[in-house]
Amino acid sequence: MSRSVKWLVPTIYILFLMLPIYWLISMSFKTTNEILGAFSLWPQEFTLENYKKIFTDPTWYNGYINSLIYVVINTVISVSVALPAAYAFSRYRFLGDKHLFFWLLTNRMAPPAVFALPFFQLYSATGLFDTHIAVALAHCLFNIPLAVWILEGFMSGVPKELDETAYLDGYSFWRFFVRIFIPTIAAGIGVAMFFCFMYSWVELLLAKTLTSVNAKPIAATMTRTASTSGYELGLLAAAGTLTIIPGAFVIYFVRNYIARGFALGRV
Amino acid sequence: MNKLSNQRAWLFVVPVVLLVAFNALIPLMTVVNYSVQETFGNNQFFWHGVGWFEQVLKSERFHASLLRQLAFTTMILLIEVPLGIAVALCMPRKGPWVSVCLVLMALPLLIPWNVVGAMWNIFALPDIGLLGKMINGLGIDYNFTQQPVAAWVTTVLMDVWHWTSLVVLLTYAGLCSIPDAYYQAARIDGASGWAVFRFIQLPKLNRVLTIAILLRFMDSFMIYTEPFVLTGGGPGNTTTFLSIDLVKIALGQFDLGPAAAMSLIYFMVVLLVCWIFYTAMMRNEGQS
Repeated sequence: MSRSVKWLVPTIYILFLMLPIYWLISMSFKTTNEILGAFSLWPQEFTLENYKKIFTDPTWYNGYINSLIYVVINTVISVSVALPAAYAFSRYRFLGDKHLFFWLLTNRMAPPAVFALPFFQLYSATGLFDTHIAVALAHCLFNIPLAVWILEGFMSGVPKELDETAYLDGYSFWRFFVRIFIPTIAAGIGVAMFFCFMYSWVELLLAKTLTSVNAKPIAATMTRTASTSGYELGLLAAAGTLTIIPGAFVIYFVRNYIARGFALGRV
Repeated sequence: MNKLSNQRAWLFVVPVVLLVAFNALIPLMTVVNYSVQETFGNNQFFWHGVGWFEQVLKSERFHASLLRQLAFTTMILLIEVPLGIAVALCMPRKGPWVSVCLVLMALPLLIPWNVVGAMWNIFALPDIGLLGKMINGLGIDYNFTQQPVAAWVTTVLMDVWHWTSLVVLLTYAGLCSIPDAYYQAARIDGASGWAVFRFIQLPKLNRVLTIAILLRFMDSFMIYTEPFVLTGGGPGNTTTFLSIDLVKIALGQFDLGPAAAMSLIYFMVVLLVCWIFYTAMMRNEGQS
C-alpha cells in the first residue's frame, strides 16, 4: 500500500471511535429540552447544570469514590499476590504446575453471570456484603489469573542468569526479588496493573450485585437513575463522560509501556 | 527455558490459590448444589438428579440463545480480527503520532460497559441519536428498538467499536517486536507487500493473535452488560444472549435449579473451547 493512503486507515478508524464519544460529551452539555426537542450537532444552549448536579449530589459523587476505592484495592491485591506466583510459574517446575496454571486461567473464562447469585450469598454469609473489599475480592476472580498470566510472560523473558548472578553475589531471595527483579520487569507490572484496573473499572454485573448503598459503584448509580427518573439523558451523559476520565488518565500514564510492554511480554 | 524442579515454589502460589479458590470453588459448589436439587421455597431442598440438565439441554429457549451467542461471537471475531490487523499494519511505527493513536484507540477499552451500552443507545436512537439520524437521512428505515436486523447490526457495531482496539494493540505490539533485519532481508529478495505480510509478519504474529482471539472469544461469549443496556435483549428475544438469558432465569424468575444447570453447561462450553485453544497454543510453542 502506498504511503499516502496508509495514514487514512487509522485516521478513519479513530474517527469512528470518537463519534459516539463526541455525541456523549455533546449531549452532556445540553438541556433535557434540547435533547428531546430539536436535533442539533452541537449544544445550542450550552449548560453545565448536569455536571453541577453530579458534583453537588452525594449519591452521584460517592459513586465515583466507591468505584475508585475498590478498583485500587483490587489492583493492589491482584498484582501483589500475582508477583510471587508468576515467579514460581516462570522459574520452577513443581507438582501440578501446568494444571494449576490452566485452572487459574479457567477462572478468567467464567462468565460473571454464572457467579452473580452464589457471590451474593457467599458475601452475605461472610458479612462483607456492601463493602468495597467485597467487590475488590470478587474481581480478583478474573484479575489474578490475568495478572499471573501477563507477569509470567514478562518474567520468562528475563534470563535466568540474572537470578543466579544475584545469588552468587550473596543476595537473599527477597532482597533480590525486591531490589533487582521487580525493577527489571517494571514494564510488565505496568501492563498488568493497567489490565487489572481496566477490567475492574469496567465490570458492572458483580459490582452491582455485591453492593446496595455504602459501596455502590458509579455505574450502578447510573443504571438506577436511568430506570427511576425516566429520561434525564443529559445527566446520564454527563455521568458517562466523567467515567471516561480515570481511564484516559491511566492510559496516558502507561502509553509508552503498552507498546513496549506488549512486545516484551507474551500478551 | 529449562526450569528447576522445586516443590517449595508452591509457597509462592499459595496466596493466589487461596484467593481464587475462595472466589471460584465456593460459588461453583453452590451452583453444583442447586443444579441437582429441587426447591419449593422455605429453604427446603430435594434431590433432583440430572433432571434440570435434561430440561435445559432439551429446551428450545436454551438452544435459541446458544445459537444467537455462537452467531454473535463468530460475527465479531470475523470482523474484529481482520480489521484489527489491518489498522495495526497501517499505524505509524515511530514519531509523535504513535502515542496519540495508542491513547485514542485504547479509550473505548476503559469505558465502563454500561456506559458503552448507554452511549450507543443515545448514539443510535433514530429520533435523537447521531447514527440513527444519519442512517435514516440516507433513506434507510432504521430503528434498532423495533427491527431485529437493525438491533443486531447495532449490537455488532457496538462490539466492534468497543473491542477492535484490543486486537489492534496486541497486533501492533507483535509487529513492533519483529526485528528490522527481517524486513531488510525481504527487501533484498524483492518480496511484495503481501509476501512480507504472509511470510514474515503473520507467522511472527501467531502468538499474539492466538491470545487476541482467545480473549475476544471469552469476553464476547460472556457479554452481558452492553447489549442489556443497549437493547434489553430485544426486540422480543432477538438479542438475548446466553448471559442475559441466564440472569433473567436466575435473578428474574429465581428458578435456581434450571439456572444452575444452565450455568454449568454454559461454563463447560467456554472451558471446552478455551481448552482446545490453549492446547493448540502450547503445542505451537513446543514446536518453535
